[in-house]
Amino acid sequence: MNSEASAVAVQSAEKTYPNGTHALLPVNLTVQQGEFVTLLGPSGCGKSTLLNMVAGLLEPSAGRISVWGESPNAQSQAKQRLSFVFQEATLMPWARVGANVRLPLDLQGINRADADQRVGNALKLVGLEKFAESYPRELSGGMQMRASIARSLVTDPSLLLMDEPFGALDEITRNRLDDELLSLWRSKGLTVIFVTHSIHEAVYLSSRVVVMAARPGRVIEEVAITPTVARDDAFRVSTEFAGYAKQLQDSLLRASVNVDEALA
Amino acid sequence: MTRDQGQRLLLPLFVALVIVGLWQWWVTAYDIPQFLVPSPLVVAQTLVMDWSLLGAALLVTLKVTFLALFCSVLLGVTIAFAFVQSKWIETAFFPYAVLLQVTPIVAIAPLIIIWVKSPTASLVICATLVALFPIIANTTLGLRSVNRGLQSLFKMNRATRWQTLVRLRIPSALPYFFGGLRISSGLALIGAVVAEFVAGTGGTGTGLAYQILQAGYQLNIPRMFAALVLITLTGVTLFALMGALSKWALGSWHESETNSI
Ligand SMILES: Nc1ncnc2c1ncn2[C@@H]1O[C@H](COP(=O)(O)OP(=O)(O)OP(=O)(O)O)[C@@H](O)[C@H]1O
Ligand SMILES: [Mg+2]
Repeated sequence: MNSEASAVAVQSAEKTYPNGTHALLPVNLTVQQGEFVTLLGPSGCGKSTLLNMVAGLLEPSAGRISVWGESPNAQSQAKQRLSFVFQEATLMPWARVGANVRLPLDLQGINRADADQRVGNALKLVGLEKFAESYPRELSGGMQMRASIARSLVTDPSLLLMDEPFGALDEITRNRLDDELLSLWRSKGLTVIFVTHSIHEAVYLSSRVVVMAARPGRVIEEVAITPTVARDDAFRVSTEFAGYAKQLQDSLLRASVNVDEALA
Repeated sequence: MTRDQGQRLLLPLFVALVIVGLWQWWVTAYDIPQFLVPSPLVVAQTLVMDWSLLGAALLVTLKVTFLALFCSVLLGVTIAFAFVQSKWIETAFFPYAVLLQVTPIVAIAPLIIIWVKSPTASLVICATLVALFPIIANTTLGLRSVNRGLQSLFKMNRATRWQTLVRLRIPSALPYFFGGLRISSGLALIGAVVAEFVAGTGGTGTGLAYQILQAGYQLNIPRMFAALVLITLTGVTLFALMGALSKWALGSWHESETNSI
């Protein structure tokens, strides 16, 4: 793989927090333009740490991370942008949904008319066009998450980083949002790095799953998901789906067994 | 007005009526002399008859209270902003903010009254010292209690310090600030009255506390009660006023001000 053409290149990046926690052993990861990569692993394996480093919110203690060939923090000049979707909706409770979605544009100083039009489009994408004037607390959890996704799409990013965005939602809502995300990914040609605990969500969404293990946090395997059928409700109950799920589960299990042996 | 709001108003009023009724009955039934405990009726009569005196005194006390509240907000918010700008400033000065809080105002009021020429100014300074701390403490806490995710969001979008302050820190701090304001409004009144008690003996004041002192010397107990009633009513009104202000500012979004979840 050629790291110059890739969207994200993580080269031996590791992280030790100031308190001494070695959160992540050196990781190598390349994400190509247009890929949907999922980080899958148990709690504490460093998924958020890795994602935050890609977003430029955290500095790696060693190694290098580049996004379109630049350091994540140098992205201001780049045309292509990255957006982050947090585990919670993290909307500003004092601002209406429309104003929340407009925030990234306001911070960039884009004029109000243009911004409002883009906000309208983004809200339409996630099916919230009727709720622009509502306050976040008037929305259900799933709708708040949609608003959060609209906010991340309003800047027309090429790279979307999502940290367990649907973790707090019920399964039915989560499945529906998974479908919406997939169609956004396809229609906008996005590159996505997605964090989840859920094996099923990982199989359903990803073109590639990066399996991680905890204590210490590290990458243990990468599994390409290339289903021969379309990703829809039928795929969720297919043998192919079950096969991938089993493969990921075995991989996670092996990693935790190794740790238990090491601890014993 | 919803039924809930109606009850919130009617129930305390009902309690007040019952207590006032019992008081009136007790004073008349047992023939309690007026110079010990005046009946509510007598207090009300005094309030009307002495209104020119008491009303003017109330205005003086109100002026001191509001000036002190205004100064506390101005000073308290400024200090809070300074605290969150740098940990150094906070570490260096926070103990003195606490010192302010724990020093009894009656102990320093005489000094301030000697040092400051204008009686009104000295009273305002005393009341401000009493009312200041909750504003500092709450606003500082509020400015620091910013959602981590939103902070990251602002950082990722390269928000300037100013944008982060205006669009994130200040709105996040508002509920805390209003909590502090409610406490401080009561304290400002207490500060104004206490300081005037201290100053009143020197004959400088003309506020409600001075009226209470004078009435005490003259054994005019009904007037003492009337002045006391005015102070209490002022306190309750202030509290309600700050509550309304907070509701007006936060009502649309903050949990504490919205009944439905
Ligand atoms: N700010 C921090 N300071 C110190 N240690 C931290 C910090 N953030 C995370 N850690 C530690 O680093 C390790 C990895 O944390 P991280 O949040 O990346 O895990 P995660 O895979 O996202 O877990 P989860 O699925 O629970 O979100 C954990 O052991 C955690 O305790
Ligand atoms: Mg995490």
